[in-house]
Amino acid sequence: MHEYSIVMSLMEQCERFAQQHQAQHIEQVELKIGILSGVEPALLAQAFETFKLDTVCHHAKLVMNIQPLVLQCSTCDTQSQVQERTIICPICHSQHTQVIDGEDMMLMQLILET
Amino acid sequence: MCKDCGCSITQDHQGHHGHGDHLHSNPQLNDKKTLSVIHKILDKNDVEAQHNRDHFASHHVTAFNLMSSPGSGKTTLLECLPEYLEQKYAVIEGDLETSRDADRLIAKGINAYQIQTGSACHLDAFMVHGALHHIDLGAIDICFVENVGNLVCPASYDVGTHKNIVLLSVPEGDDKIEKYPVMFRRADVVVITKSDLLPYFDFSLEHAKQQLHKLNPNSELLVVSVKNSDSMKTLANWIVNHQEQ
Repeated sequence: MHEYSIVMSLMEQCERFAQQHQAQHIEQVELKIGILSGVEPALLAQAFETFKLDTVCHHAKLVMNIQPLVLQCSTCDTQSQVQERTIICPICHSQHTQVIDGEDMMLMQLILET
Repeated sequence: MCKDCGCSITQDHQGHHGHGDHLHSNPQLNDKKTLSVIHKILDKNDVEAQHNRDHFASHHVTAFNLMSSPGSGKTTLLECLPEYLEQKYAVIEGDLETSRDADRLIAKGINAYQIQTGSACHLDAFMVHGALHHIDLGAIDICFVENVGNLVCPASYDVGTHKNIVLLSVPEGDDKIEKYPVMFRRADVVVITKSDLLPYFDFSLEHAKQQLHKLNPNSELLVVSVKNSDSMKTLANWIVNHQEQ
């Protein structure tokens, strides 16, 4: 259940951005959650609903965009998106790929009320 | 429009929703600003992790993060390694409760410091930083961070080590790589431990290798038992070969 500590970090960031931009409230928090980021979206949402009450996010809506893996293959030089948890190129089956997206959890956008 | 229920009533809202300050926060009176941020959520931890790495580097110490489920043999491996490793090492131990693991290592003459995480299921870079102040980095070549026994949460936290060693013991089963992909994706080496039990379990090394290949083809897979000194030498060699220059 590390989703709780992830939400704590998220709230700290939200508080900081709200302060920087003199916002009274945050209306919406938009995240990108990679399928290989190690976070369970349902648990994250639950943790968010619990922790937001005492923060600048107290009536914020959480939007999570689930990001599949994006692989750049250096054998066939193509980029592909895969839903499975594998880094083998779906086109040429090469293992020489680079994971470009799908492993991170990012804060992407905030809607602030000023 | 009311943002709580979507109704269009903007006056006399108090009775409607029971919020004393609702009129005050009527969104029609407020300005909205959309802010694109693109910020790693665990950014603060990552910065601290880099700080730890710099700290290790300034003392010419290579740090390894040992991760696995509870009971797969992390502490036992660390107890047995001095026999095979010339390099001096210290261990930062993470557990929810007790200092039993650190005590076991100290009894073997290994410098160890225990972090008790309370209820936290993983170590983070700040906890490891705190522990570094209790370890004399000048006296060692290698620092092992024995993470909390857990195949899920520690994978999301960079603690400032250089390489990740993930253990999988034979009794746990060869399907764990597939089941816990994030952890095995982070591994620089996967160590199959308790390999002396292979004859008694339906653990297919071939299956484990296939799964690892799909997920993390650059990582190595070592088959180790503390009762087999050749396999321990192979592990010790891997560690020596992956020291920071």
